[in-house]
Amino acid sequence: MGAARNTDAAAAAEGDVLVVENLVVETTGRNPVRIIDDVSLTVAPGETVCLVGESGSGKSVTSLATMGLLPKGALAARSGRILVEGEDVLSARPSRLRQMRATRMSMIFQEPMTALNPVLSVEAQLDEVLSAHGSMNAADRRSRIREILSLVHLPDVERMCGSFPHQLSGGQRQRVMIAMALVLEPKLLIADEPTTALDVTTQKQILKLIAEIQERLGTSVLFITHDMGVVADIADRVYVMRHGKLVESGRIDTILTKPERDYTRDLLTAVPALSPRAARRATSKETVLETSELGMVYGRASLFRKREGTVAAEKVDLRLTRGRTLGIVGESGSGKSTVARCVMRLIDPTSGSIRLRGQEIAGLSRSALRPWRKRIQMIFQDPNRSLNPRLTVGDSITEGPINYGTPKSEARERARQLLQLVGLPADAIDRHPHQFSGGQRQRIAIARALAMEPDVLVADEAVSALDVSVQAQVLDLLDDIQKRLGVALLFITHDLRVAAQICDDVAVMQRGKVVEYGPTAEVLGNPQQAYTRELIEAAPGRHWDFPNFRPMPGAEAPLQNSPGG
Amino acid sequence: MLGAAPTDFIAARQFFMLAYIARRILASVPVLVVVALFVFLLLRLTPGDPAAILAGDMATPEQLERIRESLGLNEPLASQFLTWIGQLLSGDFGRSLISHTPVLTLIGQRLEPTLSLAIVTMLITLLLSIPMGVVAAWRHGSLTDNAVMAMSVLGFSIPVFVTGYILIQIFAIDLRLFPVQGFKSIGSGVGPFLSRIVLPAFTLATIYIALIARMTRAAMLEVLDEDYVRTARAKGLSERVVLFRHALRNAAVPILTVVGTGFALMISGVVVTESVFNIPGLGRLTVDAILARDYPVIQALILLTSGIYVVINLLIDISYAFMDPRIRY
Repeated sequence: MGAARNTDAAAAAEGDVLVVENLVVETTGRNPVRIIDDVSLTVAPGETVCLVGESGSGKSVTSLATMGLLPKGALAARSGRILVEGEDVLSARPSRLRQMRATRMSMIFQEPMTALNPVLSVEAQLDEVLSAHGSMNAADRRSRIREILSLVHLPDVERMCGSFPHQLSGGQRQRVMIAMALVLEPKLLIADEPTTALDVTTQKQILKLIAEIQERLGTSVLFITHDMGVVADIADRVYVMRHGKLVESGRIDTILTKPERDYTRDLLTAVPALSPRAARRATSKETVLETSELGMVYGRASLFRKREGTVAAEKVDLRLTRGRTLGIVGESGSGKSTVARCVMRLIDPTSGSIRLRGQEIAGLSRSALRPWRKRIQMIFQDPNRSLNPRLTVGDSITEGPINYGTPKSEARERARQLLQLVGLPADAIDRHPHQFSGGQRQRIAIARALAMEPDVLVADEAVSALDVSVQAQVLDLLDDIQKRLGVALLFITHDLRVAAQICDDVAVMQRGKVVEYGPTAEVLGNPQQAYTRELIEAAPGRHWDFPNFRPMPGAEAPLQNSPGG
Repeated sequence: MLGAAPTDFIAARQFFMLAYIARRILASVPVLVVVALFVFLLLRLTPGDPAAILAGDMATPEQLERIRESLGLNEPLASQFLTWIGQLLSGDFGRSLISHTPVLTLIGQRLEPTLSLAIVTMLITLLLSIPMGVVAAWRHGSLTDNAVMAMSVLGFSIPVFVTGYILIQIFAIDLRLFPVQGFKSIGSGVGPFLSRIVLPAFTLATIYIALIARMTRAAMLEVLDEDYVRTARAKGLSERVVLFRHALRNAAVPILTVVGTGFALMISGVVVTESVFNIPGLGRLTVDAILARDYPVIQALILLTSGIYVVINLLIDISYAFMDPRIRY
């Protein structure tokens, strides 16, 4: 990307913006655990280096160590060197370290909402970088702030300056973060999953912005990500990390076409293909869930305030048959979660109808709804938060059936069977959620939902918080369960790759409306609507056929930064 | 709000704020009416007869009856209440049953010592407790942190009168730095005022320092884990700026809540301190009035305290908006 030199690590001994040598990071305390084990990497001027790995691989710790930001009293570098433009970060005094930050190396983070201070205006947050590091007078700072905000293409710069983070969109916030990181033109930008929390179309714009600024200012970028698609789109070179160790490194085309290590191969093959799965034959014609003209308007005029309501869903018609999977895809704010919550009757729709096995449930009272509740169950995005940490796994799973009158012993027996069904040992029943990994917890959440013997499972971004390898396993599990139990799945996701792999039918939502709806192969294979095409085009790495280690057939210029570029 | 220019945003905010304040003030009227009714009924239901206290032990039943008649205590409760409310609305709080001084004059005389004590106490508290809490959270788990927490447990557990007498013994009797007790109005000079108010204020402050330091520490600990604190450090800002500009302002809302309620509680909770240091304040007026069943005085005092609660709560709620631009009214 940009003025990349495409140097190999060995050849780039001098002049590198960042050199990490044999870095070892351990937890502090009596029994230190090694978090980073002998990691070395380099970043050349103008180069984009991707640090790839799953959660717990140590990629974020490496980046924090480079900023000198390891959490005090929890983690400490034990040996090694981190040279930024030749100066060792690890041995720098705190005051010198503060000077280096923002002037030599800067960092942007995953979640731009929480990374910006909610109570300070954009201008105040930019201004303090300039005040802390320089002798610029107030007028120069003012004009520099406006200059950098227009450099990151923020509209109406003057208004932006006076705005607070909560008034900006996710993409605008990340632009402000980038402006803040680059206002003093540091040579090294560390980007820790900067687009993971953003929609695909926004992600595409932010990646483009980083590339553009990099070209203009000659900044080197160390880009931390778990997303192979993003890697394929932006990297010059790649380092793959696992369990705190470096697994493999090399130029992007080498890594993608000829990975040497099994782990790298696994990572690449786990990336779900963007091409839709082969259509399955319908096993049943029975409609289990149907919505028609479903609508949800938030915050209509109250006694005190006259306000136009926010239309979160409008005239949504969906139909789901037994044993099938219907996906709802769309960006944040498209209304896909609103539809899921309406269908669950977690919120009350303002218009339209919802029929569960023929029974109209949109207008049922709480008590009339009760027998229907067990027919439809939900799996949430974050299994760390959807399971009550104080309850044992068994209690979580049996709570629902017991509430509906199943004797306790029977419910526990059923829970054991379900745990086996989702691939967990039966003795998991007496343990607590924190004793399991994220993927295992999501399996527990699935078992909990199945315990009610529902006709419909609603999965709201149920694999989005999981690593790709775990994601693939959970998707397989859902598929398997569906075959065995014939449950229908309503699958809400922002990830077209996931939708392509699991859904029979797909509804694309935008601003509360279904813009395209049909069999997955047709909608994703031959999109009719501009918005659907836009979404597909924004999917990172779409020119690359990861599981087969080759560019997509017919794709031109698979890598923007092909050799010599 | 997104479409509006910042100036529009501020103007709209000010408008909503004013509307909000107006709503809150209106809403406090029923609160005060209910308080007034409760106070009135509760006082009438407690045993004890102001007439008996006025008349003394030697009074005959006829004398008692005459006194009751003259005080209006024989009227039905409803008409007594209405008379009282009617007088209140015209600004007349009545006279003390015992000394016949107008209630407002009585309270007016006692207001300054109590307010002075409360304000000086709060200043001492804020100056000490917030830095203590911030530093304790910053150095979480260190010796400093443990010391602050230990002091805070001590502050809670030692009764106010014990602290008071210990401070008098050390600073007034042994070191002779301050007078033992008494009160001088600030009108008679800052020196005499301060020399008499410092010990009682510090005595009363111990418990609030303990409370607010703990609260600040807890709120800061939560905020210091936030991403924007990491961002602030990544920008190369000094720790002082990170702690006070970025972290403390975000931790301010729970701290402000405790400071506000603490202040309101202080107004009605100064009795012991006023007794130890012989300060002629509202606390002692309240005790005397209750002992004498001096209904008009007690009623006025309780209404005053509830009024202070209402005002302070409103001020706290408004101050949230200055701390956090996300709060809308």
